[in-house]
Amino acid sequence: MKVAIPSVLQSYTRGAHSVDAYGATLADLLADLDARFPGIRFRMVSEADALRPHVRIFVNREAVTDLRCALSPTDDVVIVQALSGG
Amino acid sequence: MSETTVPPGSRAFEPLPQSFDVRITEPVSLTGLTLLVGTKKGLFYLTAGSGRAHFALSGPAFLGHIVHHAVVDPRDRRTLVVALRTGHLGPTVFRSTDFGASWHEASKPPAFGKPKDARRSLAVEQVFWLTPGHVDEPGVWYAGTSPEGLFRSEDGGDVWQPVSGWNDHPKWIEWTGDMGQRNPDGSPIHSILIDPRDARHMYFGTGSAGVFETTDQGASWKLLNTGMLSPAGPDPHPEYGYDPHCMQLHPQAPDLLYQQNHCGIYRMHRPEARWVRVGDNMPREIGDIGFPIALHPRDPQTAWVFPMDGTDAWPRTCPGGRPAVYRTRDGGESWTRLDAGFPQRAWYTVLRQSMAVDAQPTAGVYFGTTNGEVWGSVDEGERWSCLAAHLPHVYSVEVADFAR
Repeated sequence: MKVAIPSVLQSYTRGAHSVDAYGATLADLLADLDARFPGIRFRMVSEADALRPHVRIFVNREAVTDLRCALSPTDDVVIVQALSGG
Repeated sequence: MSETTVPPGSRAFEPLPQSFDVRITEPVSLTGLTLLVGTKKGLFYLTAGSGRAHFALSGPAFLGHIVHHAVVDPRDRRTLVVALRTGHLGPTVFRSTDFGASWHEASKPPAFGKPKDARRSLAVEQVFWLTPGHVDEPGVWYAGTSPEGLFRSEDGGDVWQPVSGWNDHPKWIEWTGDMGQRNPDGSPIHSILIDPRDARHMYFGTGSAGVFETTDQGASWKLLNTGMLSPAGPDPHPEYGYDPHCMQLHPQAPDLLYQQNHCGIYRMHRPEARWVRVGDNMPREIGDIGFPIALHPRDPQTAWVFPMDGTDAWPRTCPGGRPAVYRTRDGGESWTRLDAGFPQRAWYTVLRQSMAVDAQPTAGVYFGTTNGEVWGSVDEGERWSCLAAHLPHVYSVEVADFAR
């Protein structure tokens, strides 16, 4: 499936703003992304398996916070960085 | 042309003294004596020219990243390790082995292990402090994080492992306190010090418990708090609950420790194992509150501090708005005010990692400020010049003397 990558993570995807990755769940998808682009997952997900506070993931335009969320191959996944403050 | 009236009590604008040339250059491979300036928005470099008569500003590397600490490896004088994060992404570490020309992210940044105790599902919020290991252990580095984690790398900062003797200590929760009442910028492990005589003998400080010591390279830890004053609570001398802001060990006299604490300036002769408040020798109107303390490269009796206002609401800006460094030449028994070159008024803060000293025959002393200035003295503090201004909020200043 297509995964949209925010600018702040495009250093990992060699500049690509959209990449292909696969997984039956969001956790699997993030693991697959990390295999393709080493280090990218830890910037988004802590060692406690929680999304970091300023990272949002949308699946088919719905915000998802549970990494166990099931995915299908036609899903549209968008990763967004949401920074506040100066 | 109209006349300008200066209201009573106000002052004319004071331009920053600029006796150093400030040259803006493109980022290049680093050489010679260079200050590594970690800021809220990236890493800057100030490279000394001949005789330290001018400093050339370059960078930023990692623009947009919060750089907490950037340190050169004194064992090879070419490897750089940088602790950083952005506002939206997790904390990590980058390394360069070619004088800053190229950077590579750690393949395993500092991260807590899966908890054995369900109460503590921890995640590193920031990698705050970096310390190169003992000279007999090339490639070893230590990192202190917030929350209070200690990590070790044995390959020059690429793979980081938790130091279980601390991170999984049965008293960790008791010592580190309530997670809901942490410092605004996090509650880090800092001042990781290694005894140059013994790689197994180490110290560090935390803002929640105080000073810890190990003699078995982190397998077990004991408190080293006797003599300090606690900033909060009914008991001024509890077993733990102290806030050492910055601690230093003199490399040529490793039984001599200094610390700038939330509650004063202290010194310890290690065999006595008792902190003595040498800040009581500071002028009373200045006090002895602050963040950094820096030591002379060769004289264990010489140290510099940058006092902060610890009265009323604890603004922790320059006392009275008058910036000054204080220096002792006698181990804290007396202190001399050094303010030649500073503006008459300034309201910045100098953080605990933001003061450094070089190893030149006449030591250079440097500090960075929360309003983005870097100041330097090449005569041990007698005269000061602004080396750079208009940078982002400065978190750290370290001296690198690159091997070429």
